[in-house]
Amino acid sequence: MADADILTLTDDNFGSSIDAENAPVLVDFWADWCGPCKGLAVILEEIAVEQAGNVKIAKVNVDEAPSTVIEHEVLSLPTMILFKEGEPVAKIPGAQGKDTILEILSEFM
Amino acid sequence: MAESPVRDVIIIGSGPAGLTAAIYTARASLEPLVLEGEPSSTSDQPGGQLMLTTDVENYPGFPEGVMGPELMMNFKAQAERFGAEVQTVKASKVDLSERPFKVWVGRDTDGEPTYLAKSIIVSTGAQSLMLGLDREVELIGHGLSTCATCDGFFFRDQEIAVVGGGDSALEEAMFLSRFASKIYLLVRRDELRASQIMQDRAMANDKIEIMWNTSLVEYVGDTKIEKVKIKNNLDESISDLDVTGVFIAIGHKPSTSLFEGQLDMKENGYLKTQPGRTATNIEGVFASGDVQDDYYRQAITAAGSGCQAALEAERWLEEQE
Repeated sequence: MADADILTLTDDNFGSSIDAENAPVLVDFWADWCGPCKGLAVILEEIAVEQAGNVKIAKVNVDEAPSTVIEHEVLSLPTMILFKEGEPVAKIPGAQGKDTILEILSEFM
Repeated sequence: MAESPVRDVIIIGSGPAGLTAAIYTARASLEPLVLEGEPSSTSDQPGGQLMLTTDVENYPGFPEGVMGPELMMNFKAQAERFGAEVQTVKASKVDLSERPFKVWVGRDTDGEPTYLAKSIIVSTGAQSLMLGLDREVELIGHGLSTCATCDGFFFRDQEIAVVGGGDSALEEAMFLSRFASKIYLLVRRDELRASQIMQDRAMANDKIEIMWNTSLVEYVGDTKIEKVKIKNNLDESISDLDVTGVFIAIGHKPSTSLFEGQLDMKENGYLKTQPGRTATNIEGVFASGDVQDDYYRQAITAAGSGCQAALEAERWLEEQE
């Protein structure tokens, strides 16, 4: 399997990196201390490879991006937010199975 | 789809019971397949309930304690080292009416089964109970949580409520006191079910206020929780409680819906096994861990029964040859 091409975002590069992508960006807000984040990370790596070109996966460690967390009202980990043309279009709190994530993505691709 | 090869053992679930069964059956060269479940933010997820905890202080072998998720990652690595195959999928249907047993994963449960197995070890564990109030599902992640370790961080300097009176409720309240300015522990009756050591710790914590004989009856807020309504169970009076977060820890129910009508269950919904054994009413199907344990419910007892299930499955398979 090819290596997953995943963006790592912080407060400093969040907006500019999201704007620079042509494809929709699915941002995973996570932290070291969050158990369910670990399972989700595996699924998102698979999606990054399988859907390369259709969607870009990005990760935000909430400990390193406090302003972004407040701006996007993240209240739960993990939380995924899908950005299309730089705007948030869907917010998915909680870890989800692969089928559910792909279904939500397909609405916006 | 081509006929799937028949596996010796399929293990459904990946908490301490499932992964211990995987370690033992892998070491016995049975090449177990573990269907570990799908990511979720409830206790029903890969790694099981310990994925939602922080320090585990009572698992033997770790004198300084160990982080729950780290412990479970180690269980998994140990099983994989001996050749267990772990898949991040959820079993969606099983047919135990004839051998080989049939297992489906994913949403299509009408077609051919995904896997066939000579024996099955059920270790699907238990999942968090919710209060069953209006809008509960849509508010999860918007101020309502079943995972203090995931979400506590976002309630720094805020006032929050924890619902429940058992060990897990008190553990959550203690953990949340690192972040929140005040924690109301809503306890339905006038006593706690929690162990004495946890009660002593909670009572000694200045940030935790226990509200006895109190039930949460309504979530208030449009897009996220702004306050809740609580009921005094003695005089039935209703009042407002200004909290921005609510953490539910009122216990668990066994995850048995896959096996309804197939495996015998006790009146309380837990799977029934032969006394002192993990064998179920169906030969070749074994149950281990919290899905069949309504009494101990500890990581170490789950691991122990996972080992039992593996040994019983191994012997049963030998007898079939």
